[in-house]
Amino acid sequence: MDDRRPAPGPDQENQPFLDGARRRELMVQQCDECHACQLYGRLYCRSCGSASLRWRPASGRGIVYSYTVVRRAPSPAFREHEPYVLALVDLVEGPRLLSNLNGCQADAVRIGMPVIATFVQRGDAVVPEFIPVEGDSA
Amino acid sequence: MTPLSPPEPQERASHFENVSIVGVAETKVGVVPERSSLQLHAEAVRLALTDAGLGLSDVDGLVTANSRVHPYLYHADVVAEYLGIHPRHALNVSTGGSTTISAIEHAAAMIAAGVCRVVVVAMADNLATGLGRNESIASMASFGHPVFERPYGPSIPAFYALVAQRYMYEYGVESDCFALVAEIDRAHASMHPGAQFRERITAAEVGRSRLIADPLRLLDCAPVSDGGAAIVLMRDGSHETPRHGVRILGVGESHQHEHLTQTVDLTTTGAARSGAAAFRSAGLTPADIDVAMIYDAFSFLQCMQLEDLGFCAKGEGGEFVRSGHTRLGGSLPVNTNGGVLSFGHPGKPTALFLINEAVRQLRHECGERQVQGASVALVHAEGGILSSHATMILGGHDG
Repeated sequence: MDDRRPAPGPDQENQPFLDGARRRELMVQQCDECHACQLYGRLYCRSCGSASLRWRPASGRGIVYSYTVVRRAPSPAFREHEPYVLALVDLVEGPRLLSNLNGCQADAVRIGMPVIATFVQRGDAVVPEFIPVEGDSA
Repeated sequence: MTPLSPPEPQERASHFENVSIVGVAETKVGVVPERSSLQLHAEAVRLALTDAGLGLSDVDGLVTANSRVHPYLYHADVVAEYLGIHPRHALNVSTGGSTTISAIEHAAAMIAAGVCRVVVVAMADNLATGLGRNESIASMASFGHPVFERPYGPSIPAFYALVAQRYMYEYGVESDCFALVAEIDRAHASMHPGAQFRERITAAEVGRSRLIADPLRLLDCAPVSDGGAAIVLMRDGSHETPRHGVRILGVGESHQHEHLTQTVDLTTTGAARSGAAAFRSAGLTPADIDVAMIYDAFSFLQCMQLEDLGFCAKGEGGEFVRSGHTRLGGSLPVNTNGGVLSFGHPGKPTALFLINEAVRQLRHECGERQVQGASVALVHAEGGILSSHATMILGGHDG
């Protein structure tokens, strides 16, 4: 069955993130001066204002800050996947991502759970999603 | 490069004390297929001017908030043209649900600055019949960031559910108090002839309604409605109006973020800042408020905002509701018109319905919904996904 969920992008400013996903790498933008990491990408560091930033690979590891189980999807493209877990994941490098959580039952998801990014093919697109990590290695 | 310093809390004396709301009105709210968004604007404006004892030719300022069903690039100019007026100042404002209070602030500023004498703030939309529930919801699904949000299927309720879940986790709050908010809003709406939903519901029924995004159920979520409202502002005492003007005692805003991933703390909202700024500018405290209108597009928001506005301690909002404080007859009646959940939700106009109810409470016109002796009211609105907040404090003639 074709995946009708919208592909990410296009987005010139976040192209390094999209390219990284195709390489199965989670990319974050890091400031050369204060070393803060940010997503989405910007011209300037949101913490210190520096214009000296570079994209670099992140570990993929994070913690579930919050989640919900979407029972009533917002559009036909997502209705096929009901129910699905929508989560806010705090990467260990700092940025917070919105994503889908897989690899466990919806009722097993816990705030504070360590998770790791995986890269999922959806039609022509490659999208980062998260799965639980065993143990406390995060 | 030195780091940017953190923003200062808003400090502003109220410059709006001599600006009053002298007329309020709303159209029919609910399912109104016989009216376009523009017609609803025109109707609301005419009704509000009649309430103020003024005519269209008196209006020299107009502030609107566009329409989602039929947006115009220069919306205020279109409404002015439809009405046949030529205001000195016209503006279209947009910050989500807090837009309403921002628009009123702006209108008051134009009067305080002496640019305008009579400013109308009007908002209307026909989301129910113009868009329909599914299209409304789908159009809101294209609301998120194209790379970092949309691919994951967030709906507006799902975004809010993420906030609710974290709030429950951090403060040990149980969802039964959310259902009680919906029950009380509906009980109040049953006493308002203009409310869209007036049939009483119980918290138990709310708790049995279908899950949309855990923990939010259908009856925890705002409806999709048609309707419009308008208010008229003037300098206090500058004209004989049929009813006493309601004064703007204080106002405050907060702009937290646009996307939910970009703010660190989801459980203390911008209401903590906008509320504090409003109280500071009015020289008042939460204890001075007789009645409050709190934008509750989702039931749990009322609990969180009661805390952040300072009516109870953080994490105690649910208990505050359970204790009966927010019912008519309680120490702080909330949403005596039924709130967002039961009065109706055409989008931007919804907070104007809250303003109108606050004005009518302060005029002592609410009949069986009247809070006895009400002289100071608070109205809080928020927009986006808790992105922007605005709090306004209003005073009656005796206050």
